[in-house]
Amino acid sequence: MNPVLEVKKLSRYFGGLKAVSEVDLSIAPNEIVALIGPNGAGKTTFFNCITGIYEPSEGEVLLHANGTTTSLNGKKPHAITALGLARTFQNIRLFQEMTVLENVMVGFHCRTSAGIMGALLHTPAALREEQETIDQAYGLLRSVNLHNSYAAKARNLPYGAQRRLEIARALATSPAVLLLDEPAAGMNPFETRELETLVQRIREAHKLCVLLIEHDMNIVMSMSDRIYVMEYGSCIAEGTPMEIRHNPKVIKAYLGEESHA
Amino acid sequence: MFKTRIIKALLAALWFMVLTFPIVGIQVNTTARNINWRWDRIASMGIGIFVLALLWNWCFERKALGLPIIKKLPDSFHYSFNELQNRPLFKKGLPIAILAAMLLMPLVSSIYQTNIMISAMVYVILALGLNIIVGLAGQLVLGYAAFYAVGAYTYGLLYHYFGLTFWACLPLGGLAAVIAGFLLGLPVLGLRGDYLAIVTLGFGEIVRLLLLSQGDITGGPRGISNIPRPSFFGMKMTLDQVTNYTYYLVLAGVLITILVISRLKNSRIGLALQALREDEIACEAMGINTTRIKLTAFMLCSCWAGFAGVIFAAKTTYLNPASFTFMDSAMILSMVVLGGMGSISGVVLAAMLLILAPEYLRAFSEYRMLLFGAVMVLMMIFRPQGIIAGAHRDYHISENIREKASPEDEEGNADSAERASA
Ligand SMILES: Nc1ncnc2c1ncn2[C@@H]1O[C@H](COP(=O)(O)OP(=O)(O)OP(=O)(O)O)[C@@H](O)[C@H]1O
Ligand SMILES: [Mg+2]
Repeated sequence: MNPVLEVKKLSRYFGGLKAVSEVDLSIAPNEIVALIGPNGAGKTTFFNCITGIYEPSEGEVLLHANGTTTSLNGKKPHAITALGLARTFQNIRLFQEMTVLENVMVGFHCRTSAGIMGALLHTPAALREEQETIDQAYGLLRSVNLHNSYAAKARNLPYGAQRRLEIARALATSPAVLLLDEPAAGMNPFETRELETLVQRIREAHKLCVLLIEHDMNIVMSMSDRIYVMEYGSCIAEGTPMEIRHNPKVIKAYLGEESHA
Repeated sequence: MFKTRIIKALLAALWFMVLTFPIVGIQVNTTARNINWRWDRIASMGIGIFVLALLWNWCFERKALGLPIIKKLPDSFHYSFNELQNRPLFKKGLPIAILAAMLLMPLVSSIYQTNIMISAMVYVILALGLNIIVGLAGQLVLGYAAFYAVGAYTYGLLYHYFGLTFWACLPLGGLAAVIAGFLLGLPVLGLRGDYLAIVTLGFGEIVRLLLLSQGDITGGPRGISNIPRPSFFGMKMTLDQVTNYTYYLVLAGVLITILVISRLKNSRIGLALQALREDEIACEAMGINTTRIKLTAFMLCSCWAGFAGVIFAAKTTYLNPASFTFMDSAMILSMVVLGGMGSISGVVLAAMLLILAPEYLRAFSEYRMLLFGAVMVLMMIFRPQGIIAGAHRDYHISENIREKASPEDEEGNADSAERASA
C-alpha cells in the first residue's frame, strides 16, 4: 500500500551537532508506528522537522493525503497542519488559561471559516458554524473522556487529562497523520492502559495513522505495528516489535543507556 | 527567620539612606553659602524604608506560601457575593443601572464635568481598542498614541484644507489608521518576539516628531485650532447642547466598542487570538496562520484608535502634538494591564479610574506618576490578572449531543461507537 507520510534522508544540524541524520521513515494508512530511542536521540527534533517548527537541513518530507502528494519542506507549521498533520507536544503546550472546550475549539480553526464580519454581525452562517464547532468539540472531549470538565481551565486538569486534551485538540484539526510525542509520560499505569485503547480507538474512528514517540516499552511493544529505533540522530533499526526486541543493535543501545543511568 | 527579616529590612533602609543622601540630606543655601545637613530627614527616610521593607517581605512570604495578603472575607460573605453575581437581577440590573446613570449624567452635571466624562470615555474606547492586540492576542504595542494621532490629524487636516465634516472624517480617520497599522505590522508580525513593541515605540516617536517638524502642513507645535464639533444635521446648537450631544455620541461609541470587542472575543478569531497569547507555537501547530491573525487584530486595533482620534479632535476642537506623547501610550497600556488582559469590564473600570481619579484628586496630582508606577508594580506582582479577571463564557452544548454522554459518565470511556466527530 502507498504510504501516507514519507520521510527521505531527513537531517537536521544544530551547528556541529547532527541531531537527526539521514533518517528514512514511512507510514502506511491505518498504521501505528513507534519511534523509540534513548534520551537525546533526536526524536523530538525529527517531529519538529516534519511539522515545520524546524526547517530540515537536508532531506524531504512528503505527505500523500486526499489523493495528492505534497512536499512539506519549507512549509509553515500552520500550513502543514492544514494539510493533515497534527501533533502533541512532549512538554504539554495547552492554552492554559482557556477552558478545556475552548482548547479543542481552537483546533477547529483551520477547518472553519467564519471571519471578522461574521463574528461582529452574528450572521446566521457564523452562528451555525460556531454551534457546530462547540458540539463537535464536545464530542471529541467525550471520546477522550473529558466532557465532564469541559468548562474547567486547562491548567486545572490533572497531568494525564492534559495529555488527553492535547490529543483531542490535535484531532480537531482532522489530521491524516497524528504525531504523539511521549503521550504516556507522567501517566500512572492505569491511565497508560487507557491511553493504549484510546489511541487504537482513535485510529479506527478517524481513519488515521499514528506516529508516536514513547519510552514506555510495554505500550510500544503491544500497540505498534512497526517500530523505528533512533540513536545519536540516526535510525539504527526498523521492524515489527518482534524483530526489534531481538535486534542486537537495539539491545546494545538500550543496555548501554541503562548502565549509564 | 525573624532575625533575617529584620536584617534584610535594615540593609534596605541603610542602602536607601546612602543612595538618597545627596538629594535628601544636603541642602545647599546659595545665598548664605553654607550647607544644611538635614539628618532628621535621612532618619525618617531610614525608618520609613525599614517599615516598608518589612511589610514588603511579609507580603512576598505570604505570596510564596500561597496565602492571601489581606485576610479572606468570611465564607458566608463570599458565598453570598457569588450568589449575588449570578442573580439575573444583578447580572442584568447592574449594567442597566450604570447605563441609566450614564444617560442621565449630562442632564444634571455641569459642562465641565460632562467634558471630563467625555475624555474618560474616549480613553475607554482607546483602551478597549488596544485590548484587542495586547489583552487578547498578547502582543505588546508601545506607541498606540500614534494611531490615535493619525485619526485625529486626519480629521484636523481634512477639515483645515478641504472642509470635510466630522461624519465624513470618522471612517476616513479609521481607514488612515488601519493603513498605518497594516504597513507597520506587515514586516514585523511574521517574526516571533517583541518586535512589534519596538517598532510601534519608534513609530510613536516618528509620528510625533513629524507632526512637530512639518509645521507648514500640520501647524507644528501650534497645532490646528477651530476644528468643528460634531454636527447634527447642520443644526445650530449652543455650547451646552453640543457638549451634551458629543457626550451621547461618545457614549454610543463606547457601547458599540463594548459590543464589538465582546463579540470578537468570543468568536473563532477571538479564540485564535487568545490561543496565540497563551502559546504561539501550539497555536501555529493548530493550523492557525499567526501572522495573518496578528495582522488582523493589529489593524482592527489601529482602526479603533483612528476612530477615537477623530472623536478626540472634534471634542477638543484643537490639536497639537503634545496630546500624543509616549506618556499617553503608556497610560492607555496601563489601563489594559491594570484592568485585566482581555477583560472588558476591567479595562473600562481601569480607564475610568485612571482618568477620573487625577481629575478629582487634585491634591495627588503631584505624586500622580509616582503612585501610578507603584500601583503598576504591585499589580504585576500580586494580581497579574488585573482588577477584574477576564470572564469565561458559558458554552451551550446542543441537547442531543450532550445527552448521549450521560449514561456512561461513571465508566469513563464513553464508547467509541458514539463519536460525534466522525
Ligand atoms: N533548538 C536546539 N538547538 C540546539 N540543540 C538542540 C535543539 N533542539 C534539540 N537539540 C539537541 O538535539 C539533540 C536531540 O534532542 P531531542 O529533543 O530531539 O531528543 P529526544 O530524542 O526527543 O530526547 P528525549 O527522549 O529526552 O525527549 C539533543 O542533543 C539536543 O540537545
Ligand atoms: Mg523528546
